[in-house]
Amino acid sequence: MTGGRVWKFGSDVDTDVIIPGRFLADWNKEPEKMGQYCFYGIDPQFNTKVQTGDIIVAGDNFGCGSSRQAAPVAIKSAGIRYLIASSFARIFYRNAINIGLPVLECPVLVEEVNEGERLAVELDKGEITNLDTGKVYRFEPLNEMVQQILDSGGLALYVQKRLKSVLNSSF
Amino acid sequence: MGMTIAEKILARASGLQEVKPGQFVTAKVDTIIGHDISLAAFRELERMTADKVFDPERIAITCDHFVPSPTVNAANQIKELGEYINRYQIKNYFEVGRGGICHALFPEKGLIRPGDVVVGSDSHTCTYGALGALALGMGSTDIAAAMALGEVWLKVPETMRIQLTGERGPHTSGKDLILYILGKTGTNGALYKALEITGDAVGGLHMDERFTICNMAVEGGSKTAVIVPDDATREYLAGRVPPDAQMRFYKSDPDAAYCADYVVDCSEIEPMVACPHSPANVRPAAQLSGVTIDQAVLGSCTNGRLTDLRAAARILKGRTVKPGVRMIIVPASQEIYLDAMREGLLETFVRAGALISPPTCGPCFGGHMGLLADSEVAISSTNRNFTGRMGAANSQIYLASPATVAASAITGRICDPREVMTS
Ligand code: SF4
Repeated sequence: MTGGRVWKFGSDVDTDVIIPGRFLADWNKEPEKMGQYCFYGIDPQFNTKVQTGDIIVAGDNFGCGSSRQAAPVAIKSAGIRYLIASSFARIFYRNAINIGLPVLECPVLVEEVNEGERLAVELDKGEITNLDTGKVYRFEPLNEMVQQILDSGGLALYVQKRLKSVLNSSF
Repeated sequence: MGMTIAEKILARASGLQEVKPGQFVTAKVDTIIGHDISLAAFRELERMTADKVFDPERIAITCDHFVPSPTVNAANQIKELGEYINRYQIKNYFEVGRGGICHALFPEKGLIRPGDVVVGSDSHTCTYGALGALALGMGSTDIAAAMALGEVWLKVPETMRIQLTGERGPHTSGKDLILYILGKTGTNGALYKALEITGDAVGGLHMDERFTICNMAVEGGSKTAVIVPDDATREYLAGRVPPDAQMRFYKSDPDAAYCADYVVDCSEIEPMVACPHSPANVRPAAQLSGVTIDQAVLGSCTNGRLTDLRAAARILKGRTVKPGVRMIIVPASQEIYLDAMREGLLETFVRAGALISPPTCGPCFGGHMGLLADSEVAISSTNRNFTGRMGAANSQIYLASPATVAASAITGRICDPREVMTS
């Protein structure tokens, strides 16, 4: 099993520190560029340190504050594969799922895991294995709708698929 | 087990007999709203390769944030939006000079109906709970998906009940009530929850006040707020919605379950003020009379409606704004502007030395039309006083009712309106 390296954060990480407002002018035209500014508000070098497949582990209320969708986009574009926290802010949670970034709630793991350890996530089984300690954690499986959106690669692609199937079934 | 009004609306929209808090549902959407910044949602819609929207009649878009365009970028944003409006044949589009601020305008135009599920790409979409609708703010991809499919996925929220009792004192309004409530719940006391505002005292609340209360509910972290519709709601809707429009007047079952239950005695509420930098940092106006101000703003989707302008005019009539203080008044829609003109309110404002802006979000989000200079202090009838929201990062914003804003403009310091009206 190959795993992702853990980057650990505290509670109440707000969307302003994830992507400061000054980078938002017309971000929607080139969303991929947001990755280079990921966590610019607290660590301007974060983008150069992170590797594709890495995992963020954080405390409570991750993604609070402004509803800017650029926040989960920045995290995903920086190469982060999964976000695990004790809890998420409401609009951030939706925005993350919608852009195809899996967000998992697992408070016990948050307590125990250390920065730099490797985690292997099995979404379908609802399990996360700490490859350094061997300990296996369970998380509440994602609901069916959320799973479908993630399987489609995000809400935009999910909607595309839905629109096509409606079209096909009418012929 | 019975259901709350929020649960009933979601059950109906999801085609289910019953829903429970925590359950995920796919709900049909009745109305989708947006504004000039919602251009982002139309770009997403295009990316979804949607060549049409679920119902061009049920989407309402207005130009309100950067109106009239203060920059070339803002002008381009509205230009591009207009192209999408044509392409997707959106019927309810309000151009500059034809509408006003979204949350004041759409109810006024009869586009929001009781029992509706409303989603919008604006966090204050919850305002429409005042009409007994279930209304939710979302991000741009969510809104694009809703426009394409006519449905959204939702988690059924728990409901927190706030029962209003008792008689209000003079010069206290819906704004003082919601500030008082936010002072109690804090900024995350209602996280994920739907607020249900009910109780004997609701009947005495003007529709304009109900919009104010639901508008600011989101500052307590809640998912939305809803007021059970009554005769005042029916009266407001009459003549606005088309006669054949479907309206659903739900109310909660007596045995519905609430995650929390509060009783607020309105007779105890004084004119309240939210101090920097949180809408929940609330104190009575009378305790803040030492705070001098540079600017007073009356307007926004919170408090820019006709009764708000009347309340301010009652105080400003025959008086003048203190030299050194700027007062900016922003009627929230063209209709409100016209009514204020007919009633002579605008003349009262001009004679008092206040500046009248066209309907726009303008200063509320620090866009334009009166930003704050370094270290300046404002009292404002808007809904957010976050750091730097209305201008310079070191400026300070106090939030209050229209009456308190007007009284403060006259005296040049934060002032309980009862002080001015009895002297
Ligand atoms: S008036 Fe202010 S709060 Fe209301 S929609 Fe406009 S910017 Fe948002």
